[in-house]
Amino acid sequence: MGHMLELPMTSVPIADPMIPVPYRIERLKRETNDTFTLDLMAVNGAGVTSFGPGQFNMLYVFGVGEVPLSISSDPEDCPALEHTTRMVGAVTNAIGKLKRGDMIGVRGPFGSQWPVAEETGRDIAIVAGGIGLAPLRPALYYLMKNREKYRKIVLLYGARTPEDILYKRELEHWRGKFDLEIQVTVDRGASGWRGNVGVVTALAGRAPFDPSNTVALVCGPEVMMRFAVMELQKRGVEARRIYVSMERNMKCAVGFCGHCQYGPHFICKDGPVFRFDRIEPIFGKAEI
Amino acid sequence: MAAETKELAPSLAIEVKDLPQLFAAISKLGYQVIGPTIREAAIVYDRLSSVEDFPRGWADEQSAGKYRLTRRSDQALFGYNVGPHSWKKLLHPPVQSLWKCKKDGSGFEIVAENQPSQKYAFFGVRACELRAIAILGKVLTGGDYSDPGYKSRREDLFLVAVNCGQAGGTCFCASMGSGPGVTSGYDLALTEILDGENHYFVAEIGSPLGAEVIAEVPHREATQTDHEKVAQTVAETSAHMARSLDTNDLKELLYRNYEHPRWDNVAARCLTCANCTMVCPTCFCTTVEDVTDLTGQNAERWRKWDSCFTMDFSYIHGGSVRATPKSRYRQWMMHKLATWTDQFGEIGCVGCGRCITWCPVGIDITEEVRAIRESDPVAVKAR
Amino acid sequence: MIHSLEPIIREHVFFKGLEDRHIEFIAGCAKNVRFEEKQYIFRERDPADQFYFIREGLVSVELMVPQKGPAVVQTVGDGDILGWSWLTFPYRWHFDARALRATRALSFDGKCLRAKCEEDHDLGYEILKRFANVVTERLEATRLQLLDLYGTHA
Repeated sequence: MGHMLELPMTSVPIADPMIPVPYRIERLKRETNDTFTLDLMAVNGAGVTSFGPGQFNMLYVFGVGEVPLSISSDPEDCPALEHTTRMVGAVTNAIGKLKRGDMIGVRGPFGSQWPVAEETGRDIAIVAGGIGLAPLRPALYYLMKNREKYRKIVLLYGARTPEDILYKRELEHWRGKFDLEIQVTVDRGASGWRGNVGVVTALAGRAPFDPSNTVALVCGPEVMMRFAVMELQKRGVEARRIYVSMERNMKCAVGFCGHCQYGPHFICKDGPVFRFDRIEPIFGKAEI
Repeated sequence: MAAETKELAPSLAIEVKDLPQLFAAISKLGYQVIGPTIREAAIVYDRLSSVEDFPRGWADEQSAGKYRLTRRSDQALFGYNVGPHSWKKLLHPPVQSLWKCKKDGSGFEIVAENQPSQKYAFFGVRACELRAIAILGKVLTGGDYSDPGYKSRREDLFLVAVNCGQAGGTCFCASMGSGPGVTSGYDLALTEILDGENHYFVAEIGSPLGAEVIAEVPHREATQTDHEKVAQTVAETSAHMARSLDTNDLKELLYRNYEHPRWDNVAARCLTCANCTMVCPTCFCTTVEDVTDLTGQNAERWRKWDSCFTMDFSYIHGGSVRATPKSRYRQWMMHKLATWTDQFGEIGCVGCGRCITWCPVGIDITEEVRAIRESDPVAVKAR
Repeated sequence: MIHSLEPIIREHVFFKGLEDRHIEFIAGCAKNVRFEEKQYIFRERDPADQFYFIREGLVSVELMVPQKGPAVVQTVGDGDILGWSWLTFPYRWHFDARALRATRALSFDGKCLRAKCEEDHDLGYEILKRFANVVTERLEATRLQLLDLYGTHA
C-alpha cells in the first residue's frame, strides 16, 4: 500500500474558543413532557458573565457531543446560565438524563443579538412559536427592565397544545406586572383551555401595534417564521424592521467548520439573529 | 547573511547539480522538506529525504476524470502540475486532536495537549497553491477567531515556490488571476530552465530567510537572458491554458440563478462522492467527533475534514436541509464561486483544476459556469 | 334612513369599499347582540341564517366528538367574522360556536342578505369576495395547524 505521509496529531493550546469551560447543573426543570430548562453555574467562578439577548452557547456532554442552545436568562441579571431545549437528538437526550450537580462543558456566548438596546422609542412586536420563545426570553427581560424606553410591547406566542406552553408562571407574572400585551394561542386545544386556538401568525394580523413604527422579533420553526413575516409585511412592517432567528447544523460555532452556512452567512457569527431584509433573497428558498 | 527585503532584487541562478545543497541548507534549519514525489502512480506531497525523491523526468496527463503519469523526453524535476494532494493536508490536517477529557467523579477535566508541531518546508509550491494558502489563511486566521493550530503551522513554514513550465490539462489559473506566475508569498521562487545541455533554476528571493538559505548554495547572478527565459516560461504556460472561467460579475450571475435548470443537469451526473472537496486546496469544512474509550472514563474531541456533499452535513432535528444531490452540488459551487466573495472578500477558487481531474464523472466547474452564463437572461442581454 | 350601526359597519375593514346603498342595506340587516360566557352562538345542523362580526370577546368554533367532548378547531376574536355557512347550500351550521367569555357582536340577517344578493348581483359579488377572503385565511391557518410545526420531527 505504500507508506503515506504519517502526520503528527497536532493539538491546540487551551486559550481557545474550542475548549469548553466546566459548569455544574444547578437545576434541571421539566417544562413539558419533552422540554426542559437547564440552569448552569461555572465550576470555577470564571464563566460567561455577560451575553446579549439572542446569543447561544455550545453545551458539551462528556463523551456524547455538543449542541447549540440559545441562552434564555436575563442578560442583565444572570447568576446562572439558563437554556431551554427539547429532547430531539443524542446530546439533548443525554442532557435530559443528567441530574443536579452533574457537569456540562460550555463554550460561548456566540452569535448576533436581538436589537432591543438600539430600537428604543418604537412598538415592539414579538412573535414566538414553540421553543422559539426561549431565545426571545432574554429580549423580553431586557424590554421589561427598560420598559419606559419603548412604546407598545406585544408578545404573540403560539404553542402546540396548552401543555406545551413554556414559562407559564413567567407569562402570568409579566401579564400582571408590566404594560405588556400577551396573546397566547395553541394549534390544538384541550379540555379546560379557554384561550385562543389557532396559528400565531393569524394573531399578527390584528395585534395592537403600529406597523409604521414597529420592530418585530420573530422566532420559531422556519415555516412559522415565513408566515409570520408575511403577515407582518402585509400589515406594513418594513423588512428592515423585522428580525428572525435562523438555525442550521453547527459544529464549531466560530466560523471554521462551514456547517452552519446559510447562503453567504455563517449562522454562528452573522446570525442566528438576522435583520430580515439581509436574508430576504434566500429566505424560504428550498434547500439553501 | 540576511539581506533587507528591498535589496533582494537580484535573482540568482543555481545549477541542477547544486540543488541538493539547497535541500541541505533548508533541512539544516530544522525544516522537514515536503514536496512532490511519486506514490501509487500519482504525484503527491510527502516527506522528501533528498532531491532524488522528486519525480524527475515525469509529466502528468490530466483531463476531466482522468489522471496518469507519462515519461518526459527531458529530466525536468517539476515537469508536471498538481496532483490529488494539496498543501492543506499539512496546514489544515485531515485529522486533528482538539483536546482530551478525563472523567472526575460527577465531573470531568479537559486537558489540552501541547505538542510542538514539526516545522515544514514546502518545496515546489505552484502559484495557484500560494494563492490557496493565502485564502485558507484568511478563512482560518483572518476573522474574529483564529485557529491557533493553523496559525503556528503557517508561521513556521518555509516556502519554495516553483513557476509552472507547462499548463496542466485541467488548469485555469490564468483566468482566475492566480497564476501561472508566482508573485508573492514565498521565501524562494524557482523557475526551472532546460535549454539544450543547460539545466538550472532561476531563483527569486522573497524573504530575508530565503536570502539566508540560498546564500549557502553555489550560485551566480541571474542575467538578462535568465530573466527573459523566466518571463517566457510564464507567458507560454499562460498561453497554453486549455480552460478558462469567466469571473466577470460571477457572484451576481450565480446569485441570480439559484433555480437555473443547469443544477438539475449537473445533479444527474454528480455522485456526491466528495472527491472535489477532498482535493480542493481551499475547501476547509471540518466536523467534530467526540469519542470515548471502552472504559467510558476518557473522552476525546477530534476535528476531521468534512464535505458539504454528505447528507449529514446539513442535518438538523429531523432531516437534512440539503437533502438532494442538486442542492449539495449547488451549495459547493455557489460557495466556491459566489458566497465566498461575500464572506472573505475574494473568490474561493484558484483554478488548479483538481476538482475536474478527480471527479469520477468528469464534471468541469468551468463548463458549469459557462452553461449558466450562456442561458442567463441578464448576461445574454448584456452581450 | 341612517341606522345607528352604520358608522361601525362603514369603519370596519371587512365592509370597506362597499357602495353607500349596500352599506345602508347591510346596516339594515344588522343588530347588536351579546353572548354570555359559555353561551352557544349556534349549533351544528341548525339553520344558518346569520353571520357575526365580533366586536369584543372570544368565540370557539367546536365539534362535539363522541366520548371526547367538544374539540376546538379554532377561536375567533375581536374584529373577526364568524360564520360562512349562511352563504352556501344547505344553509346549515357545520360546527358549534360558543362564547368563551362575554362577547359583544353584530349579528347580520343572513336570510335577508341572501335574498338581496340573488336580486342584486353587484352586492352578491362584493359579499362573496369578502367571504372568500375569510375562508382562505381560515383554510391557510388550518393547514398550518395540521402541519403540527411545533411537533417532534424525529
